[in-house]
Amino acid sequence: MGQDPELLRRLLRAKDRMDGASQEEWPVRRLAEASGTSAAHFARSFKEAFGVPPHRYLLTRRIERAMALLRETDLPITEIAFQTGWNSLGTFGRTFRNVTGDNPAAVREREQATPHQRELVPECLLRAAGRPGLTIAVSEKRRRAEGDTEGPEEMEVL
Amino acid sequence: MSQGIDVVGIYVRDQDEALAFYVGKLGFEVHADMSNGPFRWLTVKHPEQPSFQLGLFTPGPPLHDAATAQTLREMVAKGAMPPLVLMVDDCRAAYKRLQVPGVEFTQEPVERYGRVDAGFRDPSGNGWKLIEG
Repeated sequence: MGQDPELLRRLLRAKDRMDGASQEEWPVRRLAEASGTSAAHFARSFKEAFGVPPHRYLLTRRIERAMALLRETDLPITEIAFQTGWNSLGTFGRTFRNVTGDNPAAVREREQATPHQRELVPECLLRAAGRPGLTIAVSEKRRRAEGDTEGPEEMEVL
Repeated sequence: MSQGIDVVGIYVRDQDEALAFYVGKLGFEVHADMSNGPFRWLTVKHPEQPSFQLGLFTPGPPLHDAATAQTLREMVAKGAMPPLVLMVDDCRAAYKRLQVPGVEFTQEPVERYGRVDAGFRDPSGNGWKLIEG
């Protein structure tokens, strides 16, 4: 059973808005507004359409941008955390590690040392391909990695 | 005659709407518009690229059964179709020009590695990158 294409087109608009400004806060109410749906309806419809909850999708975009900034600039990591939407360096570092399996400084070192053949593929498309996959919640990923059975210690960015 | 790619098609939700967008807003020209029953063969071309046609097709009968057509409509609407790239001389100027008729931009012009790119969608959900050549 499928979803209404008209609804999907509007949900895509909310996804595009997150893509365009992933550093901003995207509470469900704001996303629902961008797609012309009710807040109650939005999260469920989004997940059904795109396979991940909206806040988790936003995390992948933020990490993708952070990775690009690590690779392409010499901005301090604190500044990158701030520019990509985190309020605390600690949360950024922890989430980054949980998603990519490595810490920002190590990723920067590795990425900047690797020569890239990027000329033949449009940069914008290459970036989308470099987006981390996030099939489970960051908190769940962390729990599994640590063998920890306790609940999440903090709310994910919404 | 010359050999090469002649037509590449994309799926759209409504051919009249797509025609208004690609011709009326993007400035493409109609190349072929022929109907045969419920089937309409509609292609447009870029004014500076006469040898290439972009087909604007709708999923549905007689080529697709109802379930397949529904799936294709969903894929298009959620932006799951392959990327499309439009080369322009001046990305920032094109961005300004296309904003006037209300093209839905998903990304404003950004310079990366000395190249400016932007992104927009057609009314159906197909995603285009606008790249400065």
